[in-house]
Amino acid sequence: MAVDSSNHENVIAMRGIVKRFPGVLANDHVDFTLRRGEIHALLGENGAGKSTLMNVLAGLYRPDGGVVFVNGKPVSFRSPRDAIDAGIGMIHQHFMLVPSQTVTENILLGLDKPRFRMRLAEYDSIIADLGERFGMHVDPRAHVWQLSVGEQQRVEILKMLYRGAEVLIMDEPTAVLAPQEIDGLFETLRAMTAKGKSIIFISHKLGEVTAIADRVTVLRRGKVTAPGFEIGNTTRQELAQLMVGREVVFHLDRKEQPPGDVVLSVEDVHCLNDKGLPALRGVSLNVRAGEIVGLAGVAGNGQRELAQVISGLRKPTQGKVVLNGVEINNLSVRKRIRRGLGYIPEDRTHVGTAPNLSVTDNVIMKKYRRPPIARGWMVDMTAATEFAEKLKEGYDIIVPTVETPVRLLSGGNLQRVILAREISGEPKFLLAMQPTRGLDVGAIEGVHRLLLAQREAGAAILLVSEELEELLALSDRVYVIYEGEIMGEVTDDDLDVIGQMMTGTPLAEIQKTGAA
Amino acid sequence: MAETVANNHLTYVSPTRQRVMGVVFLGIGVVLWFLFARDVAPDALTTYRLTPGGSAQELPNWVFPTLPMLNFLIIFSIGLGAYQLVRGFGKRTNLVLGLVTAFFIFGFLSWATSGGSLNLAGLFRSALVKAVPLTIGALSGVLCERSGVVNIAIEGMMLTGAFVGAFVGSVTNLWIGLFAAVLSGGVLAAVLAVLSIKYKSDQIIAGTVINIFATGITSFLSAKFLQKYQYLNDPGRFPTIKIPVLADIPFVGPILFQHNMFVYALYFFLIALTVGLYYTRWGLRTRSVGEHPKAADTLGINVYRTRYISVILGGFMAGFGGAYFTLGSVGRFDEVMTAGRGFIGLAAMIFGNWNPIGSFGAGLLFGFFDALSAKVAILKVPIPSEIMLMFPYLATMIALAGVVGRGQMPAADGQPYEKE
Amino acid sequence: MSNSDKAQEKKKFAGVFLDEISKSPLTVTILAIFSGLVLGGLLVAVTSEDVYAAVRVSFGETLRVAWDAAWRTYKALFIGSVGDPARIMAAFQSGDAEAIRRAVNPFFESLVQSTPYIFAGLAVALGFRVGLFNIGAEGQLFIGATTTVVVALFLKGLPAIIHVPLALLAGFIGGGFWGFIPGWLKAKTGGHEVINTIMMNYIAFRLSEFLLRGPLKNPEGYSPITAEIQDSAKLWRFFESPIRFHIGFFIALFCAYLVYLLLFKTTWGFTLRTVGSNPHAARYAGMNIVKSTVVAMFLSGGLAGLAGANEVLGVNHNLAVAFSSGYGFDSIALALLGKSHPLGVVLAAILFGFLRNGAIQMQLTAGIPIDIISVLQAAILAFIAAPAIIRTIYRLKEPEMDLDTITLRGWGGN
Repeated sequence: MAVDSSNHENVIAMRGIVKRFPGVLANDHVDFTLRRGEIHALLGENGAGKSTLMNVLAGLYRPDGGVVFVNGKPVSFRSPRDAIDAGIGMIHQHFMLVPSQTVTENILLGLDKPRFRMRLAEYDSIIADLGERFGMHVDPRAHVWQLSVGEQQRVEILKMLYRGAEVLIMDEPTAVLAPQEIDGLFETLRAMTAKGKSIIFISHKLGEVTAIADRVTVLRRGKVTAPGFEIGNTTRQELAQLMVGREVVFHLDRKEQPPGDVVLSVEDVHCLNDKGLPALRGVSLNVRAGEIVGLAGVAGNGQRELAQVISGLRKPTQGKVVLNGVEINNLSVRKRIRRGLGYIPEDRTHVGTAPNLSVTDNVIMKKYRRPPIARGWMVDMTAATEFAEKLKEGYDIIVPTVETPVRLLSGGNLQRVILAREISGEPKFLLAMQPTRGLDVGAIEGVHRLLLAQREAGAAILLVSEELEELLALSDRVYVIYEGEIMGEVTDDDLDVIGQMMTGTPLAEIQKTGAA
Repeated sequence: MAETVANNHLTYVSPTRQRVMGVVFLGIGVVLWFLFARDVAPDALTTYRLTPGGSAQELPNWVFPTLPMLNFLIIFSIGLGAYQLVRGFGKRTNLVLGLVTAFFIFGFLSWATSGGSLNLAGLFRSALVKAVPLTIGALSGVLCERSGVVNIAIEGMMLTGAFVGAFVGSVTNLWIGLFAAVLSGGVLAAVLAVLSIKYKSDQIIAGTVINIFATGITSFLSAKFLQKYQYLNDPGRFPTIKIPVLADIPFVGPILFQHNMFVYALYFFLIALTVGLYYTRWGLRTRSVGEHPKAADTLGINVYRTRYISVILGGFMAGFGGAYFTLGSVGRFDEVMTAGRGFIGLAAMIFGNWNPIGSFGAGLLFGFFDALSAKVAILKVPIPSEIMLMFPYLATMIALAGVVGRGQMPAADGQPYEKE
Repeated sequence: MSNSDKAQEKKKFAGVFLDEISKSPLTVTILAIFSGLVLGGLLVAVTSEDVYAAVRVSFGETLRVAWDAAWRTYKALFIGSVGDPARIMAAFQSGDAEAIRRAVNPFFESLVQSTPYIFAGLAVALGFRVGLFNIGAEGQLFIGATTTVVVALFLKGLPAIIHVPLALLAGFIGGGFWGFIPGWLKAKTGGHEVINTIMMNYIAFRLSEFLLRGPLKNPEGYSPITAEIQDSAKLWRFFESPIRFHIGFFIALFCAYLVYLLLFKTTWGFTLRTVGSNPHAARYAGMNIVKSTVVAMFLSGGLAGLAGANEVLGVNHNLAVAFSSGYGFDSIALALLGKSHPLGVVLAAILFGFLRNGAIQMQLTAGIPIDIISVLQAAILAFIAAPAIIRTIYRLKEPEMDLDTITLRGWGGN
C-alpha cells in the first residue's frame, strides 16, 4: 500500500475505498486526504459518489474495500457513533434534527451525559456559550420547528462541535440557504478552521467551491478524476471539465422565435402553505406560446406552492390563474389537464408516479378515461399497452417490459416516463419543476432537448429550477421569486441582478440605485 | 407538570377553530337550557351523597336546588362562549373546553338526579376503578408508539395477561401470577417487535396477528383446562389496602386511596412514565426514535434496540393491565373477558394525545361514562346504557377528526426503520 | 460424454425449476398454510393429557402418542369438513336420499361457512387495493345484518324475487354506510381509518345490542333475538334438510367476479388502484382522492354488510346478539392470504370455511376446542406478513422483486 509521505499532517486519509450497491459501483478505489485546518471541497455531479464516500467516513456505510486512517491510525467505524468518537461529524443535507424538541435536547441526544435526569437549564447555558465561541447565536430553549433553515444548520454544526468534532463533513450545505445565509455560513466555516477544525465541503456548485475551498478533490462516476489539488487559480471551466469529463455546453441551441399569445397568466395570487402561513403574496406572471419562462429563486420561497396553485393542487386565497383566456381557479385538476395543462412535478417518486404500478399504468394515468384507452367504463388494456410501447420507443425508456413496476426504474428513466406522459398529452402549457434534478449529464441533455422541442412546437413553458445556469440557458425570460413575491423580470442574463433579486431586493430598487 | 408536557408542541389556534370552539361553548349552554333547565320543576332539589358505599366516615349530603344551579352553568357556558368568539382563549382553549364539558356533565347529572339522590363519591370511585385497565392499556400504547411502533395488540396482550395471571396465580400465588402475566404480555410484545422491527411487516397486521392469536389461545386453553378443572381458575384477588392518613381525607380519600394494589400501581406508572419520557435521557432517546429515527441513528442511538425495549416494556404494561381483570377485579378468567377494553385503551391513548397524563384523563372520562351507564337505570334517564357506552368510541372519532385540535402523534409512528 | 452432458443439462433444468418454485410467492403461501397446520398439531400434542401421561412411559411413547393426538385431530377436521368417504360410499350404495344428504352434508356445510368469508374477505381486499385498512368488517357485517333483518322481517307480502334482492341491498347499504363514515372522515379530516373502523366496530356492537334488546326483539321471547324472517326473504336452498347450502355461495362468487372486473378492467378500478398505490400521484393526475376513498370504503363496507345479510337470509333466518363470531377479523387474514386478489380471496375463504366447519366437528369428536382455528389463522397470517420467516425456515431464495407487497398509507392519515 502506498503511504503518503505527508501522512503526518493529514487528519484523514482514505485509501482505496470501494463501496458497492446493488447494480452500482458507487466508490471505485477512491483515495482522499484531508489536512488539518483546511476546507477541502469534494466536487462532483449528483451520483458521482461524493455522499457515499462521506457516509463511509461518517460511519453510516461500511466500505467493501479500502482503509480509513484518522491521524495516521487505521480505523474501522461500525456506526456513526464510532466516527463521532473519533472526532468526525457529518452534517447531512437533510437535517437530522427532531422538530418537536428543543435545541439543547437535540444537541444532547445520544450522548452519555447527562446520565439520567435531563437537567436542561444547566445545559442550556453551556450550549449558548459554545455558540458564542464560534460566533453562532441560537436560542438553546427554542424548539427546532421554530427555527429558520440557517439556524437549524447552526444547530447541526453546534451538535457536532459539542461532541468535540475535529473534522466536519458538510453535505451540500448551501443547497437550502439564501445567499446572505451562505455568506454567514462561510464566515462560520472560516472561524472554525481558524480554531483548527478541518472541513470537508461537498458540493456540485463550482462558484462556491472556488470561493471557499483551499483544496479540491473531484469525483466522477465513483472514481477520483483530480486528487486533492490546491485550488489556486483554477478556472470554473476547468473544474467543470474535471467534473463531467468534457466541455460543458452551457449554451444550448435555442432558436430565436417570436412568442405568441399569452397562454398562462397568474394574476395577484396569494396562498397559504401547509402550516397555514402565507406562502405567495401577490404573484403575477405570464407565459406566452413558444417561449420558456424561467422562475429563479432559492428553494422554499413559494415555488412549490405556485406550481400547486397553477396545477390545481392548492387553492389560492386571492387572485386568479388564467389558461388560454379562461379563468381556471375553480376547475379541478382533471379539467385543467383536459384544457392542456402539463405538469412535470419536482418529486418524481412521491408525486410524479405510482411506484407499484407498471410503466403502462403510469403513462396512461392522465388519459385512461378517454378513448382510445377507455372504452366506455372499461380500460382497453391492449390499446394501453400499445400506447406504452410507442412511448417506450419514442422516449428511450429502458425497461424490460412495459409491465415493469416503475419503482424499479432509475431516476433518468423515471423522468423519461413522466416526460413521455406529459408531452404525449400535447400540452398547451407545460409546468416543469426541477426537471433535471438528480439526473446525469446525458439525461439532463435529453430533458433540455425535449423542452426546447416543445417550445418550438409552440407550447408555453414555465421552468422552475434552482440551477441558475440551466435556467438562463433555456429561458427566454426569467422571473425571480423571493418569499412569495416576484422581485422582477429580466430578459438579459445578468447574474448579478438576478442574485440581488434572489436575496430580496426588488428589480425597481436595483435599477434606482444603479441609476443614482 | 401536565401543562408543560402537553405544550411542547405547536399550539397554534387557527381562527376557524376559535370560532368553532366558541360556537361549541355557546351550544353547550343552549343545550343545557333546552334539554335540562326547561324540564326541571322550579323547586326541585338535587341530592348528592358524598360518601361511597362501605366507607367508614360519613359526610353530610350535598343538597341544592336544581334550577338555579343549571342556570348558573348555562350563563357561565354562554359567557365563556362569547369571550371565546370575541377575544379567544388562545392556548387555554382546550382547558376551557374541558371545563365546559364538565359543566355539561354536571348539569346533566344534576338534572337527572333532581328530585332524587345520587352517590357522587361512589360514581367517581367507580369511574376511577373502571379507568384503571383503560389507562394501563393506554400507557402500554404510549410506550410503544412513542418509540414509533403502532400497537393495536394491546387487547390481545391484556387478554393473555388476564389468562396467564389467573392460571399461574391459581397454581402458585397472586404475586407469581402477576409476574407471569406481565411476562406473558412481554412475550407477545416481543413477537410484535420482531415482526414489525426485524421483518418490517405492516405493524397493524402484526398487531392483528397477536389479537387473533391471543383470542384463540386463551379461549382454547380455557376451554381445555380452566373449565374442566375449576381449581386452575381460582387465583383469588389482591386485597384492598387503605392508605393511612390519605384515605381519611374527606370525600377525596375514599375515592382515591382505598383500592387494591393495581390503582396505586397506576399512580406510580403515571408519575414514572411522565418523568421518564420527558425528563430523562432514556425518554429523550425514546421520543427521538419515534419522531425522527434517522436523526437518532446518526447520533449513535440504536434505533432497533430502543424500539425493542419500548415495545417489550409496553407489553409488560399491557400484561399487568390484563392481570387486573383476573387478579384485581373478577378473580377468575372468562373467555374474551377484556371485551374490547384494550381498544378503548388505544382510544384513550389517542384522546390523551400520546402522553401519560392525557391518557389518564381520557381513561377517567371513558371510565366515568362506563360507571354512569351502570347508574342510568337507577336515575330513570331515557338513555339506554348501550348508547352511553358508545361515548368513548364517539369521543375518540371526534378527537381524531381534529375537532378538539389535531393530536400530536409521534412523526415516525408506524413506519419501519430502514437502516441504509 | 454426451450422456453426462444430458444429465448435467437435466440437473440444470431441475435446478432452474426448483429455483423458480423457490422464488414463487405461491410457494410461500402454501408453506405458510402448511407451517400453520404443523404448529396447530404441535399445540394439540402439547396440550393433550395423554401425551403427559405418556411422558412417564418413554420418549418414544410420548412421540407416538403426540403424533396420534395430532393425527386424530386432523382426521376429525378432515371428516368434519369434507365428510367421511366410507360413510358417503355406504350411503350411496344404500340409495337412501336422507342418508346421502347426511353423509355429504359436511362438504356443503363447509361451503356455507365459506360464504360469509368470501364477502368479508373481498371487503378487506378491496380496501387493501385502495391503500385502506378496513379493520371494521366485523362492525359493517353487524350493521348489514341489522338493516337486512329489518327489511326481511317487517316487509310483508312481497314475492321472493323482489324481497330477497331488496333485503340483500339493505345489507349492502347498511354495511356500506358503516364503511362510508370512516372513509369520509379519512378523506376529509385525515383521521386514520384503522382507529375509526375499530371504534365503529364497537359502536356497531353496542347499537345492535340495543336494538336486539329493544325495538327488534322478538316480542314473544325473552332472549335478545329477532323473530324469524319472512319466508319470501330467505335465500333459496338447493337441498332438503339437513343441507343448508344456499344460493348465497354463488352470489358471493359473482361478487368476487364483479370486484375483479371493477378493480382490473374498469376506469374506476384504475383510479382506485392508483389512489391505493400513491395518493399524491393520483391527485396530481387529476383523480379525486376524496371520492375514491369514500367510494372504496363504501363498497368495502357494503361487501362486509352482504356477509351479514347472507348469514341472516341464508343460514340463521334471524339475528341474535354476537352472531358473527369473528368473520370480520378473520377476513383480514384471508384477504392477505389471498394477496388481495378476488380469486385468491375466494380460495382462501373456502380454505377457512372448511377449517371452521371441520373444527366444529373436531370439537365434538376429538375434544379440541374450536378456538384452535384462531391460533392456526394467526400463525398463517404471521407467516404471510413476514415471508422472510418462511424463506428462512425452508431455505427459499429471495425473489428479485416482490410484486405483491401490500402498501398501506401511513398511520398519520396521509
